[in-house]
Amino acid sequence: MIKLIGVVIILIGFIFKLDTIAVVLAAGIVTGLVGGLSFNEILSTLGEAFIANRYMSLFLVTLPVIGILERYGLRERAAELIKSIKAVTTGKVLTTYMLVRELAAAFSLRLGGHVQFIRPLVYPMAEGAAEINFEEVGEEELEIIKGYSASAENFGNFFGQNVFIAAGGVLLIVGTLSELGVEVTPLAVSKSSIPIAVTAFIFALIYYRMLDSRLSKRLAEKENKTGRGDQ
Amino acid sequence: MGAILLEGLYVMAGLVSLVTAFMAFKDSKHPTRIGTTIFWSLLALVFIVGKYVPAQLIGVILLVMGVLTATKQVNFGSQTNAEESVREERSKQFGNKLFVPAMSIAVIAFAVAQFTPLSGLVGLGFGAITATVIALMMTKVEVGYIAYDGSRLLQQVGSASILPQLLAALGSLFAAAGVGEVIAAGISGVIPQGNILAGVAAYCIGMAVFTMIMGNAFAAFAVITAGIGMPFVYSQGADPAAAGALALTAGYCGTLMTPMAANFNIVPAAILETKNKNRVIISQVPFGIVLLAAHIVLMYVIAF
Repeated sequence: MIKLIGVVIILIGFIFKLDTIAVVLAAGIVTGLVGGLSFNEILSTLGEAFIANRYMSLFLVTLPVIGILERYGLRERAAELIKSIKAVTTGKVLTTYMLVRELAAAFSLRLGGHVQFIRPLVYPMAEGAAEINFEEVGEEELEIIKGYSASAENFGNFFGQNVFIAAGGVLLIVGTLSELGVEVTPLAVSKSSIPIAVTAFIFALIYYRMLDSRLSKRLAEKENKTGRGDQ
Repeated sequence: MGAILLEGLYVMAGLVSLVTAFMAFKDSKHPTRIGTTIFWSLLALVFIVGKYVPAQLIGVILLVMGVLTATKQVNFGSQTNAEESVREERSKQFGNKLFVPAMSIAVIAFAVAQFTPLSGLVGLGFGAITATVIALMMTKVEVGYIAYDGSRLLQQVGSASILPQLLAALGSLFAAAGVGEVIAAGISGVIPQGNILAGVAAYCIGMAVFTMIMGNAFAAFAVITAGIGMPFVYSQGADPAAAGALALTAGYCGTLMTPMAANFNIVPAAILETKNKNRVIISQVPFGIVLLAAHIVLMYVIAF
């Protein structure tokens, strides 16, 4: 049981938001010590595995070109594309964004984010669609739309990213399994990530359709009530 | 051939890190100039000559890097992107052509892996080089910006960029210390050995729950794969690519449902000025639960 102390250290470290790198190193060293390894063995195990897994950080070679493209307005262009989404309901706005975000993630385009896209573009569009369809959109409905708008970013990002062959997650899977003696290629993992990417999109499509009907139900009830009040 | 190309690619990645160290060193307005310079220099060293030095030395280097991040010595400096108005204007000028170099990275990486004997990683290198050349020709930007913007982005990502690599190393230490056996022994009382569906369900749910507690699916993957995945899923003949891919995204289902993943759930709520700070999580929980169930079904069907 004492060997699980490393897991406990990680839990505590992450919960208290201590420095991640230091927490992981501490967990590794303590686990090694209680597992009967010498300090020297711990250092060499750590070093060997870190060198063997250098490929996980190969995304470094893509940073210069991405930086240059951002200097030339890559994000602004993506924002322009998002703005051109023509959708008539809140749910359809979010479904379209989720799809675009998922495809972008699959192509390793890091174009998204709550700060850059959801707050300035997607949420106003989702809210705008609701205001066109319903006369009175209350604060509670706006709150719901906000939550769902943020979710579209997460759904697209999470379930699309591993389709990219050199995604951090793909390489983590390859590396972790290889440390445990199971060999698998990045190509196979990225292909195996396609079914869940498709599934997540279909679920999102249904989920946001349900949002639309929930909104129209809520707002229809409200209009009935105010209608009676007028009489 | 592939191994030599890959080693060349590590040197390239090391150079990006080395340039970042140099830029930090030259950055007189940098809040933690020396610490940041040392951190990226050490990472560059690991990348470029790591294969040729004793593993213990790499271990020591990692500890030094850990001390630097723990004492908050690794930060972003004063490098800047172009002015917003300039970027707007350029984005209008170039239009959708801007996506060509960006997307060529993934397309070339995939094509190399699929149609040549070389790996996707070597493909990533070819993709990055091709994309850089296209971008340079298209924008006619000064070549110096390769170094400037590369280091700007790397400093923005910061020390977290080595986390996946470090977690894999942690996994290897866990394996050496026998952590997996302990978790497996504890769980085998609950899960019937040899029952594939029970193993798959435990792996997926374990990933989601552990991710919810830690707020990080990557860290959960190293622990849960050693403890539950190995004895209850992979050892029963699962296709490792399918099981691994689905286990990680099962963890992402957990990410959707936890305040521990503040970047994805709590910060966005603040940015959108919601009344309930858990609003984003509330909107994601039903989706997360249903998709987690779908993971169990998919893993059971596809991996076996």
